[in-house]
Amino acid sequence: MSDPRDVWITGIGLISSLGEGLDAHWQAMAVDQPRVGNVDTEHFAPFPVLPMVPLELDKQIPRKADQRQMEPWQRLGTYAAGLALADAGLSGDLERLAHMDMIVAAGGGERDVVVDGQILAGLGSAENPDAFLNERLANDLRPTLFLAQLSNLLAGNISIVHKVTGSSRTFMGEELAGISAVEIAARRIRAGGQGEQFLVGAAYNAERKDMLLSLALGNTLWQGAVNSVWERANAGGGMVTGSLGVFLVLESRENAEARGKSGYAKLGPVLSGRSRREPGQAAAVARNQIDAIRPSLGDKPVGLLSGATGIANATLEERALLESLVAEGTVGPIRATQSLIGNSLEAAFPAQVALAALALSRKGFYRPSDSSGLELEATDAPTQILATSWGFWRGEGMALLEAID
Amino acid sequence: MGTGKTRDHLGRPVVAVTGMGVVTSLGQGIDANWSALTAGESGIHRITRFPVDHLRTTIAGTVDFLFDETPRSAVLTEKLAHLAAEEAIERAKIGTPGDFPGMLFMAVPPVELDWSVKRELFDGGNSENDDPYDRMIESGMALNSADAYEYALYACVAEKTADHFGTRGAPISLSTACASGATAIQLGVEAIRRGDTDAALCIGTDGSVQAESLIRFSLLSALSTNNEDPTKASRPFSKNRDGFVMAEGAGALVLEDYDAAVARGAEILAVIRGVGEQADDFHRTRSKPDGSPVIGAMRQALGDAGIGLDEVNYINAHGTSTPENDKMEALSLEAVFGEHVRTIPISSNKSMIGHTLTAAGAIEAVFSIQTIRSGVIPPTINQDVADPSVLLDVVPNVAREAPVSMVLSNSFGFGGQNACLVIAASPA
Repeated sequence: MSDPRDVWITGIGLISSLGEGLDAHWQAMAVDQPRVGNVDTEHFAPFPVLPMVPLELDKQIPRKADQRQMEPWQRLGTYAAGLALADAGLSGDLERLAHMDMIVAAGGGERDVVVDGQILAGLGSAENPDAFLNERLANDLRPTLFLAQLSNLLAGNISIVHKVTGSSRTFMGEELAGISAVEIAARRIRAGGQGEQFLVGAAYNAERKDMLLSLALGNTLWQGAVNSVWERANAGGGMVTGSLGVFLVLESRENAEARGKSGYAKLGPVLSGRSRREPGQAAAVARNQIDAIRPSLGDKPVGLLSGATGIANATLEERALLESLVAEGTVGPIRATQSLIGNSLEAAFPAQVALAALALSRKGFYRPSDSSGLELEATDAPTQILATSWGFWRGEGMALLEAID
Repeated sequence: MGTGKTRDHLGRPVVAVTGMGVVTSLGQGIDANWSALTAGESGIHRITRFPVDHLRTTIAGTVDFLFDETPRSAVLTEKLAHLAAEEAIERAKIGTPGDFPGMLFMAVPPVELDWSVKRELFDGGNSENDDPYDRMIESGMALNSADAYEYALYACVAEKTADHFGTRGAPISLSTACASGATAIQLGVEAIRRGDTDAALCIGTDGSVQAESLIRFSLLSALSTNNEDPTKASRPFSKNRDGFVMAEGAGALVLEDYDAAVARGAEILAVIRGVGEQADDFHRTRSKPDGSPVIGAMRQALGDAGIGLDEVNYINAHGTSTPENDKMEALSLEAVFGEHVRTIPISSNKSMIGHTLTAAGAIEAVFSIQTIRSGVIPPTINQDVADPSVLLDVVPNVAREAPVSMVLSNSFGFGGQNACLVIAASPA
């Protein structure tokens, strides 16, 4: 059933530790024997992180002055947004960009860890620690750093560099922010009168000790060799963070067709949920989401891109749910993308949606990457894919993506 | 949902305000704030929360009456939000305690670990560890404190607020810098118009006045350095304005589908008639010189409301007291309203409460509604030297009685954020 208010994904910009662009990701995850990209085990020990592949920033952020005004997470996002707009055929289309709406999911605040470190080291011997703190901050903070710390300045930079100047919203807060960004954009398109064309996405820079500190406070991070999320969950659990930038161009089918553009996939229902993560709660939320989506599912088992992080309790709970959904024939092949690209927090769910759309457009699926027996070879290409999120502390989300033809 | 008959000029469900609450440096609750605002009182004072050695600005509109000890920013931010939301929900008489029958849209300042926390982690760590962050990571993992962990997460404040009030669905934490409070309301309006929810709790909250945040704004030359008489420092639209004054507070609105609200017998405090927004692509902190995005946002809001220019009878200005903002806002208002703008009273409550940043748009929506309901327009205080380039009636120094039925409320923020609301006494 198609409807003019269907939501199509007509542009994708994706960069990660595996590569730049859709071809690179397809090659690494669907063609080659899957493996994690370049792992940095040294600079952030004891935690491994998955750094971004080298980018030629000039290609999407032509002015050096703009590049200098951003910290890395903003550069990654602005770069990925440029890729998505180009992919959708919208780069430089000032008329359309002026009416394009934007929802960005962001963390923010990259700190100057060198300045922080010098201040912390000096505080102990300072005669008046509070005065010392003020003096050092006033002298050592770069004025532009503040702008790189504001969560909404990724959106602000996208407006400046790529001229997207409709509405601009920034949602904050780990995986759920990314789920809500996709969900609300889709709802606004379906409603009619709340926007035709959206740029939705996020970026995460994993090479940051300030973020690793926040995540380490909850003992959420995996230490040791990077293996699959399923294996990590069986061995005490933990997540591996990975740098990633992802933006999607979402638009109504009628808008896309009117400008002669097809889509990678149709974005069906997008559901967000939350629980306090008492045992069984996240699975209950996810089961309700499956039940809500069930009427949209075809006869064949759907492919599933799991948002498992490797955090033990949530990942084991998800696994048990998935095993029951496989047994009942609802779900077919399962792939956990974070085994390969790590967790990119706010960017994780938009990346799941991007990868699901890519697979549908290529009429194939990703190769398994799991020695624990959950991820099995796909017998045929799914025409429907569920993208899920099980955030590292909260944020249960699910989206159904469908092939267009 | 959305099954009632009342529709706006575009056939959409009408969005009513049935509850509101506020906390600022002037006090807690609408009554305390309103009596101070209409008396032209300032809540700006010398900073006592932390030592101000080496700071160029030593004044702020901090909210100091809620905690005995200095709270972490996120803890204060959460407390402010809860107080404003409690007042709003109580006023709306909606749901039951801990069970709010609608979604949560919440503007919160970006989260960072406070220096107090960093110092504790550093001091508790191994002094042989050369890398300060490694040292904090090691001691943080050993500490294993759920409290320290949760308040370091971006979604924490909205998550705890959702738990406290029992809102439905995933809470939205958002930031559009100094337009955030207005954005929270926009999101609620849009959700109700779509029929996604019958009710929304929209909050803007900010408790982030700390040495570092003050220094950051100082480094951008955004703050007033008129430290001598704090109550005189914030002078929106006046010739001798020299920057904004950082402040704290929270505003909360309960929004409802108009028919659903009427059906349950709720008192309709106001109607959000229109919302408008247009991003600026000119500069990270400055507006496009021709003001076109600001002008566009105002026109969109008026168009969304389906009203004529002559129907607006009060404008609640963004009016930060920075040379740049007030000039741009005045210029843009003249462009939108033409000559007629001189006959519309325009005031900035930031002259009295300072700039509450993330909370400002929500607090100003509350004050706009109170203006409609009371027929009293709060003044713009500290108008001693008029700016000859500002041809506006800024309601100088003294509150004014006037019937008000339609308000335009402006919010602008760094990163090219421009959001405007049209708030009315009734649906049509």
